[in-house]
Amino acid sequence: MIRLFSLLLLLALWQGAALFADPRRLPGPLPVFEAMAHEAQTGALFTNLGATLARVAASFLLAMSLGAALGYAMGRRRALDRLFDPWLVILLNLPALVVIVLAYLWAGLTEAAAIGAVALNKLPNAIVVMREGARALDHELDEMAEVFRLRPAVRLRHIVLPQLTPYIAAATRSGLSLVWKIVLVVELIGRSNGVGFEINMAFQLFDVRLLLAYAIPFVLLMLGVETLLVQPFERHVSRWRRRPARGQGLA
Amino acid sequence: MSRDGAAALLEVRVSHKDYLSAGGRPQRALENLGFSLPVGRAGAVVGPSGCGKTTLLRIIAGLDTAFSGEVTLPAGGRLGMVFQEPRLLPWRSVIDNLRIAAPQASEDALAALLAALELEDHAQHFPGELSLGLARRVALARALAIEPDLLLLDEPFVSLDDALARDLRARIAALIDEKHVTTLIVTHDLREAIELADVIFLLSPRPARVGATLEVETPRRLMTKEAADALEARARRAIEAMRGR
Repeated sequence: MIRLFSLLLLLALWQGAALFADPRRLPGPLPVFEAMAHEAQTGALFTNLGATLARVAASFLLAMSLGAALGYAMGRRRALDRLFDPWLVILLNLPALVVIVLAYLWAGLTEAAAIGAVALNKLPNAIVVMREGARALDHELDEMAEVFRLRPAVRLRHIVLPQLTPYIAAATRSGLSLVWKIVLVVELIGRSNGVGFEINMAFQLFDVRLLLAYAIPFVLLMLGVETLLVQPFERHVSRWRRRPARGQGLA
Repeated sequence: MSRDGAAALLEVRVSHKDYLSAGGRPQRALENLGFSLPVGRAGAVVGPSGCGKTTLLRIIAGLDTAFSGEVTLPAGGRLGMVFQEPRLLPWRSVIDNLRIAAPQASEDALAALLAALELEDHAQHFPGELSLGLARRVALARALAIEPDLLLLDEPFVSLDDALARDLRARIAALIDEKHVTTLIVTHDLREAIELADVIFLLSPRPARVGATLEVETPRRLMTKEAADALEARARRAIEAMRGR
């Protein structure tokens, strides 16, 4: 209830500010929703949202699966950790823009370069979080598995993954928001569709209405992913805790 | 060291086991420690706290391989172990904990095991919802579910109150008799060992070796207080003799 009120308040503030501002600089909610409806009617909104969403999904999955595997290996093997930790620090501190421009220069203005560049930006973050998770794995349960000679697949599913779930959820949360922001940059620089491309168009035409008409639906979409996918998943896997540290939903 | 598994007894021959102390100096934990336990019998390793009992158990369980000597497991070599802390998977229900450890066990066998330990009402509970006494029983059920060739119990009654410890002791005694599983119990409590074991190995102070072996002639469940007292007195004399040397 209070969350709904908070959102309505935000909307009211926007409307209020729009009353006093130049409508070209800050259009009110109504014109923006009109523009949104228009884009939806022509179908352009959904094509572009879909293209961006596909890029977010592809690069996120790529970064998470690679990051989980590498982070786990580094958390478990000290030698690997010491060997690759400097690389990790370099990657963490490499500006997103540098990675994107290099990817386009080396691989051309292709889809693979775009997705790869975004994944590479998210990768070090996923590695760091999953490495922490692997370091925190319970040694006593490992010994139990050893004595009972549990098969590797059983260990992974019943011992390792349940312990890594909070870390996977954390990396997913921070990862999704980071990835979609970088996807827009990649689209702005070198793609001919997607929310980022439309925002570039809006910038060239100085059309704030169009910019917001594309940005807002995507924010809402990501909010939906968080509330309808990430949080229920987290609740499901942490049901064994008596007092689960649950995320706060919108409702 | 070597471990191999095709024998009619558990045979432990540790010539020595060293470890580095916190200060970085090598310390000898075990030296010339040897004993054997025939299949189907229950043995107890008794010694004062800190004498290396847990080290010995970890060597037998295969968790510690940095020792010189030889451990031969009973034929089959399947190990069931009850750790001091129950070490259950907190994110899996009691019955799933058993299923994961013993995928070959039938549902009926698992249900019978839970019933024997009076855990049937807790099958769907998560370990975090159980008291320590119940969790120990689940850990015992898990170890028995795999139908082990050797059952290892590490101080199974520690931090339980007297009534709970007595209850669990009676259950373990009944299960050992019923299943004829070769069992090795590690404990600091002589009385506990007398009540459960067929044979008791008394460990010397560090570096630990087997200082005396005591056969318990009376069957577990026919043990009278007098017989237990007599055995305890014998054991105490043996312990005094070890210290005296």
